[in-house]
Amino acid sequence: MTTPRTVELVVNGEHRAGDAEPRMLLSDFLREQLGLTGTHVGCEHGVCGACTVLVNGEAARSCLMLAVQAAGTEVRTIEGLGGVDDMHPLQEAFWEKHGLQCGFCTPGMLMTAVELLESTPNPSLDDIREAISSNLCRCTGYQTIVEAVQAAAERMQGEAQ
Amino acid sequence: MKPPPFDYCCPDTLDEVLTLLAEHGEAAKVIAGGQSLVPMLNLRALHPGVLIDINRLPGLDHISLEDGQLRVGALARHKAVLESAAVSEASPLMALAYPYVSHGPIRNRGTLCGNLCHNDPASEMPAVALASGAEMVLQSAGGTRTVAAEDFFTGMLSTAAEANEILVEVRVPRAPAGQGAGFHEVSPRKGDFAYVAVGATLQVADGACTGARIVCAGVGDGPHRAYAAEDALTGAAPGDDAFRQAAAAAADSIDPSEDFHADADYRRDLVRSLTRRALADAASRCN
Ligand SMILES: Cc1cc2nc3c(=O)[nH]c(=O)nc-3n(C[C@H](O)[C@H](O)[C@H](O)COP(=O)(O)OP(=O)(O)OC[C@H]3O[C@@H](n4cnc5c(N)ncnc54)[C@H](O)[C@@H]3O)c2cc1C
Ligand code: FES
Ligand code: FES
Repeated sequence: MTTPRTVELVVNGEHRAGDAEPRMLLSDFLREQLGLTGTHVGCEHGVCGACTVLVNGEAARSCLMLAVQAAGTEVRTIEGLGGVDDMHPLQEAFWEKHGLQCGFCTPGMLMTAVELLESTPNPSLDDIREAISSNLCRCTGYQTIVEAVQAAAERMQGEAQ
Repeated sequence: MKPPPFDYCCPDTLDEVLTLLAEHGEAAKVIAGGQSLVPMLNLRALHPGVLIDINRLPGLDHISLEDGQLRVGALARHKAVLESAAVSEASPLMALAYPYVSHGPIRNRGTLCGNLCHNDPASEMPAVALASGAEMVLQSAGGTRTVAAEDFFTGMLSTAAEANEILVEVRVPRAPAGQGAGFHEVSPRKGDFAYVAVGATLQVADGACTGARIVCAGVGDGPHRAYAAEDALTGAAPGDDAFRQAAAAAADSIDPSEDFHADADYRRDLVRSLTRRALADAASRCN
């Protein structure tokens, strides 16, 4: 049926539900049904990375997943990373190192970097460049983003010790 | 909403998938990783009546080395194939080429079998499958058949798989002992689709090349095997002279398409340079 069905999933630790036609992309579901507009939509064919979220802990393009496919999964979006008063070390580092200008690519950059640092806590510069190689930024020129991820990794390593 | 409307089923068993495919025929599309299919839907290049999601099928994510064959199931993700020890043991060429297949977040979901079924002309794995003599195991409600890579890739985004079939497994024969492999690619960003990619395998016996395989991606409607270049190598002493001649023959063997990324002359130049490099690497890895 092309008619909407209810999709239940866990988003940022909370149980959520919403209606979705089979053709509704996870990106649109998060933004329109759940009101989580932090996940940005750029190209909608997988190339820009702005819509990257974590699905069951792994980075995924929310524009290349159907909302119905996310039923029963655990999704993490930028809204779950940290707020103004409790920023994630990555968010702090992006702020300090000027890892963003307009901010359009930032949610996807951060979620991609979260996956990297959770699997590789002490990444080399090449690891960082490779990890963000599929995320486009039209503003920064990337160096400050690489520096920010590196600074966050160092801070998180320091805290872990 | 970008995609056109469609119906969606997510069966729990392979039998149900095959029944649905038999029922819906051309109107149905299988969705595996969705990393090529969903972009096509978002561009409205496809209007399937029903998507059949195979992600819940049990037991199809295997990557194993059995009876001298690497076997990769329909739900083995790129990430798992890339990291698999069985792949590096059985197919050094595939292991060398895999880091060029898309980016981390795409590899988390995309599958090798979906990649082969999509047959993008700039895709690395169809070329690797062709070079390695891989076989596709296709299953429908009517039974199972095996199709050799050289018969499977039939042209631009098309394969020998019928609308009622699913590719359940790809089988890649273990590379012969002593064979060396090389793979080189030029693309806009690492992980993007290739402008051109070239893979080569080589064996050397008594100071002469035997059993060379040279394949290219990004040069036409699908993976291309450069037979003339392989013939040019047979019996030749491995070394830069022979590799240059083979590279020239490989460049002559293609009739590349042009797009805004790369014109035909540039692609021919890339084939020439990358073939030479891939052969030099392959020769250095022969033993
Ligand atoms: C930004 C980006 C960069 C990319 N870069 C590359 C790259 O450099 N090289 C590269 O090779 N690929 C690249 N890809 C494509 C990626 O590798 C896809 O994962 C792959 O092509 C398709 O696999 P999938 O599992 O996602 O298939 P899907 O998208 O689910 O399906 C693709 C097609 O195959 C069919 N299909 C899928 N599985 C089966 C099956 N088991 N049996 C029968 N039919 C099936 C579907 O019906 C559909 O027609 C890229 C994709 C993106 C978005
Ligand atoms: S919007 Fe999903 S990758 Fe660009
Ligand atoms: S900060 Fe503007 S696109 Fe990256």
